Amino acid sequence: MSNVKDVIVKLTDVEKEFDGVKVVKKLNLEVRKGEFLTLLGPSGCGKTTTLRMIAGFSNVTSGEIELEGRNVADLKPNERDVNTVFQSYALFPHMNVEDNIAFGLVEKKVPKAEIKERVAEMIKLVQLEGLEKRRPAQMSGGQKQRVAIARALINRPKVLLLDEPLGALDLKLRKQMQLELKHLQQKLGITFIYVTHDQEEALTMSDRIAVMNDGVMEQIGTPDEVYNRPKTKFVAGFVGESNILESYVTQVDEDLLHISLESGKALLHAPGFKNEEMIYICVRPENLLLSETKKEHFSIRGRIVEHVFAGSVIKTVVELINGQKLRVARHPNEEEFEVGTYVYVYWHPKKAIIVHTVEEQIYNVIEGTTNRIYEQLGEKYSPSAREDSHDQ
Amino acid sequence: MKKKPFSVIYACLVYIFLYLPIAVVIAFSFNTSKMNVVFEGFTFDWYISMWSNTLLMDAFKNTLIVAVASTLISTILGTLCAVGLNRFEFKLKETISSALYIPIVIPELVFAIAMLILFSSMNITMNMVTLIISHVTFSMPFVVITVRSRLAGYDRSIEEAARDLGANELRTFFRVTLPMIMPGVLSGAMLALTLSLDDVVVSFFTAGVNSQTLPLRILSMVKKGISPDVNALSTLIILGSVILLVGSTLIQNKLEKREEM
Repeated sequence: MSNVKDVIVKLTDVEKEFDGVKVVKKLNLEVRKGEFLTLLGPSGCGKTTTLRMIAGFSNVTSGEIELEGRNVADLKPNERDVNTVFQSYALFPHMNVEDNIAFGLVEKKVPKAEIKERVAEMIKLVQLEGLEKRRPAQMSGGQKQRVAIARALINRPKVLLLDEPLGALDLKLRKQMQLELKHLQQKLGITFIYVTHDQEEALTMSDRIAVMNDGVMEQIGTPDEVYNRPKTKFVAGFVGESNILESYVTQVDEDLLHISLESGKALLHAPGFKNEEMIYICVRPENLLLSETKKEHFSIRGRIVEHVFAGSVIKTVVELINGQKLRVARHPNEEEFEVGTYVYVYWHPKKAIIVHTVEEQIYNVIEGTTNRIYEQLGEKYSPSAREDSHDQ
Repeated sequence: MKKKPFSVIYACLVYIFLYLPIAVVIAFSFNTSKMNVVFEGFTFDWYISMWSNTLLMDAFKNTLIVAVASTLISTILGTLCAVGLNRFEFKLKETISSALYIPIVIPELVFAIAMLILFSSMNITMNMVTLIISHVTFSMPFVVITVRSRLAGYDRSIEEAARDLGANELRTFFRVTLPMIMPGVLSGAMLALTLSLDDVVVSFFTAGVNSQTLPLRILSMVKKGISPDVNALSTLIILGSVILLVGSTLIQNKLEKREEM
């Protein structure tokens, strides 16, 4: 893992309860200096609550939040070296652009001449020249967002927290602002913690993504890791489109697993599995291949249900014999199959990923506990055969 | 567009109904005759002689003191109360906010007698202070209501942004919250001022011998017949009110324009 000195924000066993309901559960997170970290998850997953706890707007129920090695749990928002960009912009309606941006420096009692200089610098950085005297109500959403960013960055925060800052912008502007924000972050070298529910946005901008679901962080990793090697069924389904298939291992051939599904047989590359193990596999739509003829080791068969034109790709829906529908993304110039025809579905063995489910993790925990109990009881009670078969 | 004669006549009647009494007072303040019956000639005399009517002038002075003091106090208390009710969640919050309406809905006479009983049971002689206290009591709920309606529509994260940018609670209130709710505070203050200026019933019971207000003085003068001095003073008060009204409307428009342009 990373060097301790590189960690700028550290969350240890952070929990948050609202009226007895846990919205953040045992969260451990290390944010490295200068990185662009995204908290990604559906609404209600606890990502905004986590951000608000780092900012100081919300108290932690238990656990610790460290900023540069110092516990900040008891500090008020105005005493923390972090700044926030709000989803609603939260600009001061009675102040013009300059005064909005200068707010933090005025509070810090920075000399007037320096404030003037730094405000001008910021206005240039976020390309708002000529709008200095405008009031928030006279500006577009994109302009307001730039003011909000400038107002936070002028304080040279150690960490910038962004709560779905592009949520209210239209698609085209959002795409443009994503790149601008990313470039700004690289240029200034400030650590960004970014909250979004938009997986595409997270993949585009982040150095690392922490995927949250139901108050739990399910996976943290680079966009490539999260997309290509999702650890859980939820991550596979939330980040990008995916097809999840339930199967069990029928034969282990070194690192190749022969697996059996309800709808046929298939092959995949994954080391460290045992015969007859139940596994969930995830295959991205772009990695599913269709063929009229049967491929070696694959016997999954389905019927073409529909083709949906989506610009650069054609999304084809294939219904398997057990009723499960698979989404396949294909290039328009690939061989066409008519709706109603039967095809074989296959993939490159390395393109299918094994994912875990929450139930499975619970099972592992229970199993771990029982094993520990057996250990404590002594060797004679230990069912060694059982341990052998499940040792990974 | 063709005007409908009926609507025009109707509108004229409404305005006559509203403004005729005021017009009469203004007209008679320039009347040479002492009787408010026939107009005999034009004069400014009453505007000069009223200044030497010490009873009237003392009452006018008292009215101004009470109005300004009670407006200031009720505006400050009412604003703080509204901000507190908006910001914090606590037990009985609903009950407490509904209780604010009680001074507004109960008959003024009952309220006035209640104040009288309270003060006399505490052995307090009626004076300027009791008068100001009772005026604050009935005008504060109006301030709370106008300020709360202003607070209801605004985004809490604006205050959070101020905290985030390094302002403590107090600085946030004066730099962000107060400027944002200013239009509500101003209209609340205007309401409090007018309520205090023309109050008769509550003042009748809670004013001391030396703290008679103008409405009370005029009421007692009516029994002997209104002197044209009163007409002149009333005209000046109307003028003052119009100036205040126009001024506060202009300020409020400016404040709101700032946010909506």
